[in-house]
Amino acid sequence: MHPAFSVIFLTTLIGAAQGLFLALFTAQSYAAFKLLPQPDAHAFYGQGSLLALLLLAAGLGASFFHLGHPERAWRAASQWRTSWLSREVIVLPAFMGVVFLYGLAHWLNWHPVLLTLPGGLPVDPTAILGVAGTLLAFALFVSTAMIYACLKFLAEWHSPLTVANYILLGGASGFSLAAAFATQTAPELVGFLAGWAVIITLLGLVSRLASLFRNARLKPKSTLRTAIGVKHPKIVQKTQGFMGGSFNTREFFHGQTVAVLRAVKWGFLLGVFLLPLPLLLRGMEGGAMLLAAAFAIQYLGLLAERWFFFAQANHPQNLYYQSIA
Amino acid sequence: MTQLALVIDLNVCVGCQACVTSCKEWNTAGAAGPMGDQNPYGADPTGTFFNRVQTFEVGEFPNTETVHFPKSCLHCEEPPCVPVCPTGASYKRKEDGIVLVDYDKCIGCKYCSWACPYGARELDEQQQVMKKCTLCVDRIYDMTMVEADRKPACVKACPTSARLYGDIHDPESAVSIAIRESGGYALMPEWGTHPANHYLPRRKTHIKIHEDELERADNPLKVDRQLPKPAMSEPTLDDVTTW
Repeated sequence: MHPAFSVIFLTTLIGAAQGLFLALFTAQSYAAFKLLPQPDAHAFYGQGSLLALLLLAAGLGASFFHLGHPERAWRAASQWRTSWLSREVIVLPAFMGVVFLYGLAHWLNWHPVLLTLPGGLPVDPTAILGVAGTLLAFALFVSTAMIYACLKFLAEWHSPLTVANYILLGGASGFSLAAAFATQTAPELVGFLAGWAVIITLLGLVSRLASLFRNARLKPKSTLRTAIGVKHPKIVQKTQGFMGGSFNTREFFHGQTVAVLRAVKWGFLLGVFLLPLPLLLRGMEGGAMLLAAAFAIQYLGLLAERWFFFAQANHPQNLYYQSIA
Repeated sequence: MTQLALVIDLNVCVGCQACVTSCKEWNTAGAAGPMGDQNPYGADPTGTFFNRVQTFEVGEFPNTETVHFPKSCLHCEEPPCVPVCPTGASYKRKEDGIVLVDYDKCIGCKYCSWACPYGARELDEQQQVMKKCTLCVDRIYDMTMVEADRKPACVKACPTSARLYGDIHDPESAVSIAIRESGGYALMPEWGTHPANHYLPRRKTHIKIHEDELERADNPLKVDRQLPKPAMSEPTLDDVTTW
């Protein structure tokens, strides 16, 4: 497939935002159970939510560049019964709304006790909004990933590993960002957040390596034999029927050499996993520059990872477009 | 239930591209049009087409066969492009099974083209909406045309009648009989899309002509028992008649 930068930015930006929100609410949950010190809610949760919201808005903005008719984008909410893309279109604004309310409640220090849990834990609006936001964050990860994973003839994508990768890689970048952000707003949480960023990055490494391992061993179901229905071992296309380009020759081919593909693969393995991991470990003591560098490198690595994710998918329609003349 | 479809006889197609040009001509002027071209006279022309004829070589020299292969939307009975559409612009008509795109609802997200294993859909660069073969839906129901013209433009244009058109759910239709009796098959059956369009395979055609068959057919004199033919040395009419 031809990697579209609009979709690369959309999925990486909202992934980091979802991870950041999950990091904020994870910290809040630990603090509620007195497992972590209570940070400054206004600064850490309030501004953190604003940061997540900005990333979500940037991702949403990027997604419009993918559309031929962005002014009709509202129509995309109608087919949620069958289309994962439609579900994403619904869940993304819903998540943005909850993140906004969650941040607003913290920003205004609005913590009235709505009810008390059996253990004596007070439940305020931010807890309820946090749970709702967590559910929506996961729903959004699943919707985004299933857009690709549900296409059964794109074998590289059609796997539960796609969903696992979107959740883990988005989570890893979000927790890295949260750790870097906490150096400015909640220094007492930096070690906790950077520690989780390391764990999620390692889990992401396992699942991404598993998908690389799986994809390297795929055997395409469709061949020229099934494509044109001629049962002969030797079929060669002599012409695709036209000499200029077409949508079919642009949209489904990345147009890069195998060497470039391999370089991008090693680039993202370094950028997403191998370089940020030591930086995150060193930054657990509170190195602001180290953690900022860890997030920046990991995000750039994720851009490469997403590019590779699209480029690696081999569409069966390419069988029909192998020879110009 | 009706399922309109094309049946394409690969044994007959000569790869003349007449269906490609007539499709483009009709549809760029018809209700589905225009099908824009970009840079049509420049170095790198491109444009929207609903139908293409490709050519494949099967076998190894010298035992090769050239297969001309027309390809357009197959109007699948289980179209994978329809459920993925986020706006409902892509739909399959209940009444005749034609898969269509509502150009007023399409947002041009290209997701349906990813979901089609055949590459039957193209984004029109000019209108920025997804386009595909409509089975000339604006022709086949046009009551101002004589009945013989109410067929897709590609079918009308084919000089060798390689393209049949009809209802594949009607067991007595010409297309159903062709599929049944001439080994009609679907493309990429492994994906469960159940394409409505079918293809008829290439066949080995042998003609056995014996010499006596030629004589019987070509020598009507034998009917008059006038054989053998008079030799050149035999007298002619002039020789035996006195005028």
